[in-house]
Amino acid sequence: MLKDITIGQHFPGNSPVHRLDPRIKILATIAYVVFLFLATNAVGLVLSIAMVLALYVVAQIPLKMLKKSLKPMIPIIIFTVILNLFFITGDGDPLFRVWKISVYTEGIMFCIVMIVRILCLISGTSLLTYTTSPIQLTDGLERLMKPLNVVKFPVHEMAMMMTIALRFIPTLIEETDKIISAQKSRGAMLDSGSFTDRVKALVPILIPLFISAFRRADELATAMECRCYHGGANRTRLKQLKITSNDIICTAVCVVAFGVIFATRFFFTPLI
Amino acid sequence: MSVIKIENLSYTYNEGLPGATKALDNINLEIEEGTFVGVIGHTGCGKSTLISHLNGLTKPQQGAIYLNGKNIWTEYPSIRDVRFNVGLVFQYPEYQLFEESIYKDIAFGPKNMGLDDEEVDRRVKMAAKFVGIPEYALEGSPFDLSGGQKRRVAIAGIIAMQPKVLVLDEPCAGLDPEGREQILSQVKNYHKETGSTVILVSHSMEDIANYADKVLVMEQGKVYNYADTEEIFQDAENLSKMGLGIPDITKVFLKLKEMGLDIDTDVYTIPYAIKTLLKYKEKNGGGHNA
Amino acid sequence: MIKATNLLFGYSEEREKALNGVNFTAEKGEFIAVLGSNGCGKSTLAKHFNAILLPEEGTVEVEGMLTTQDDRLFDIRQKVGMVFQNPDNQIVATIVEEDVAFALENMGVEPSEIRRRIDEAMEKTGVYKFKDKAPHHLSGGQKQRVAIAGIIAMRPDYIVLDEPTAMLDPEGRRKVLKTIKSLNKEYGITVILITHYMDEAAQADRIVVMSKGKVVKEGTPKEIFSQVELVKSLSLDVPQTSEIAYELGKLGHNLSTEAISIDECAQQLYNFLKG
Repeated sequence: MLKDITIGQHFPGNSPVHRLDPRIKILATIAYVVFLFLATNAVGLVLSIAMVLALYVVAQIPLKMLKKSLKPMIPIIIFTVILNLFFITGDGDPLFRVWKISVYTEGIMFCIVMIVRILCLISGTSLLTYTTSPIQLTDGLERLMKPLNVVKFPVHEMAMMMTIALRFIPTLIEETDKIISAQKSRGAMLDSGSFTDRVKALVPILIPLFISAFRRADELATAMECRCYHGGANRTRLKQLKITSNDIICTAVCVVAFGVIFATRFFFTPLI
Repeated sequence: MSVIKIENLSYTYNEGLPGATKALDNINLEIEEGTFVGVIGHTGCGKSTLISHLNGLTKPQQGAIYLNGKNIWTEYPSIRDVRFNVGLVFQYPEYQLFEESIYKDIAFGPKNMGLDDEEVDRRVKMAAKFVGIPEYALEGSPFDLSGGQKRRVAIAGIIAMQPKVLVLDEPCAGLDPEGREQILSQVKNYHKETGSTVILVSHSMEDIANYADKVLVMEQGKVYNYADTEEIFQDAENLSKMGLGIPDITKVFLKLKEMGLDIDTDVYTIPYAIKTLLKYKEKNGGGHNA
Repeated sequence: MIKATNLLFGYSEEREKALNGVNFTAEKGEFIAVLGSNGCGKSTLAKHFNAILLPEEGTVEVEGMLTTQDDRLFDIRQKVGMVFQNPDNQIVATIVEEDVAFALENMGVEPSEIRRRIDEAMEKTGVYKFKDKAPHHLSGGQKQRVAIAGIIAMRPDYIVLDEPTAMLDPEGRRKVLKTIKSLNKEYGITVILITHYMDEAAQADRIVVMSKGKVVKEGTPKEIFSQVELVKSLSLDVPQTSEIAYELGKLGHNLSTEAISIDECAQQLYNFLKG
């Protein structure tokens, strides 16, 4: 069922990673991705893996969840492997040949690096969404982007839109489910027929869905007005973001870890 | 003969996962052709899951469903044939309207059945008549109608398929008393004139008491009771304890009994209440009896 | 006091006026139920109480402020809170407590004060235990109580509820109604409840019946529901308790249609059977 889809799933908890200021988490995730691409030697890659795994342990996110978020990546990984393995040519002799294609050591190395990067990239960003509620995430983004207000970028409005979108995704998914069932009950064929037939079959689903979304938007706007909403001016927030000792310690740990990963560049030969 | 037969039906959401919940637990049920069945139970008692099995929107995990003696999943050419025979009206069905005219919207089902234009036309007009939409209004847009009218158009869209069994999930939700009365009496009328089986899911005991011949009470995925309406209300005290909103009039009679009167409490409609009261008064000679 | 005088309002030129000369007052501390069939103008009236809609003619006053006074708009909206039928379409945030805080954030209240007020509001409506949950994991009745908490947090003097129980199951209805009643009885908030359910209206201090954009009848539940024929002629219902007395009356037995609670009705029938 459509309802089972989860976007940016949050895994509530009270670990130091969960309690970390969302702004720091967002910045740290970005930094992690950058350093991941700078680390091209074996030790750096191993350290990157170790770092993300350690954070999962600290955050007490079951590795089952990690497996779940990595699973959809398998086709992409296979695709990357095939592409790199067979099409990267090295300087020396090919390691072995499959049919007419030669496989070189460089190709294998490149594959390994890519696989590690993809896995770490997904694990790292998943950790961010697992440990940060969507609302904290929006909050963090809003505050990080606040300087953009100077150039008249509607930061508050963007954040509000994101919050509302997050709030209504489950509702609209459920609604879609219901409309599909209702039209199926009237004999609509959604999963058979030619391409044009299928596109046509979407009309009875999409029109009611749009009408309903607009009706909801209208009602929500009224409800927000009733609660004195008037944009971002003079607005306060229930949850203040304050830098705590936890934030400082975590930041320090991250800086050291990133420094070590970066430093490996100078001591070990790169794999690619 | 029973038009619908449910055999050992069980269904679990999120099977195998930590959040697994058993929605249906070994349901066995036979519904006779031409009955008006009321279905009642708490939210989450499994009634929605049950009705989505009836027209094959959900496939049974265990057990089977028979329509006219044939298994709906193995003995019909396609599940769509089952859906045309078991018409399902969802909650707030007005939210499924999409065509530019009322006529076209009602015709959606019959057209999907592959009927010729003449037959589609006949059915659209027949269905519109049952729900009280005059023929001249059929070319209008369904979106210009009031909430209650939209809902009747949506119900007509199902009736136009001439299903053997008409299932309605909370058809009166959110309507005013007049709107409720109108829809229910139109459904009752359709039931009487066509002799088709009607299954009405409702939270309102009053509505069920007023319209249903038989009542199915569900509790935690099981059939708590399935019997004639009078028989169901003999158990009013327990229904009340289960938190099912029993009619006020039934509550009054339960109170009378509590006050020491030896009176029947299977009362569920006003006329029936009056009959019971007068019978009691006559039998006890008004006041001379303690 | 909320006071509407000779209120006139239409959504478009062609159609009939939704409100056609409405006079209405709500005194502080009252529990008023507004009854009327669909399209009688009751929702339109409700939206005038906190300046969501403004009168075409006539006036609406909230504690002496006219709803047309632009500079008092937020004062009026803070004083008169509003809850709508569909709980889904009035919850903004993805976490219960964040949603309850929404109005206070808009009003620029200090964070520590927001915390104090939302905790209090969630206690009063019995949703404190869901404070960290996502709204879509709650039942309809729970969501509706979250919506009410979001309004109560503003500490309004009046709360207007537009068919708050129409989409709920009996369990949800019962709890929402209990919450509404306690807000009125225990915390002194004036309640204006628009409803189709006669049993809910029967619990109010006063019933206002609307039809075709006008107030056609006002009185205590007893006064209104005892006039069975009039109520039915307005396409409304009476509680079964009044109806049975009325039906027995038609058969020549003299019973009072004013006995609208279960206990009163049972007592009356007891006397009737014994008498």
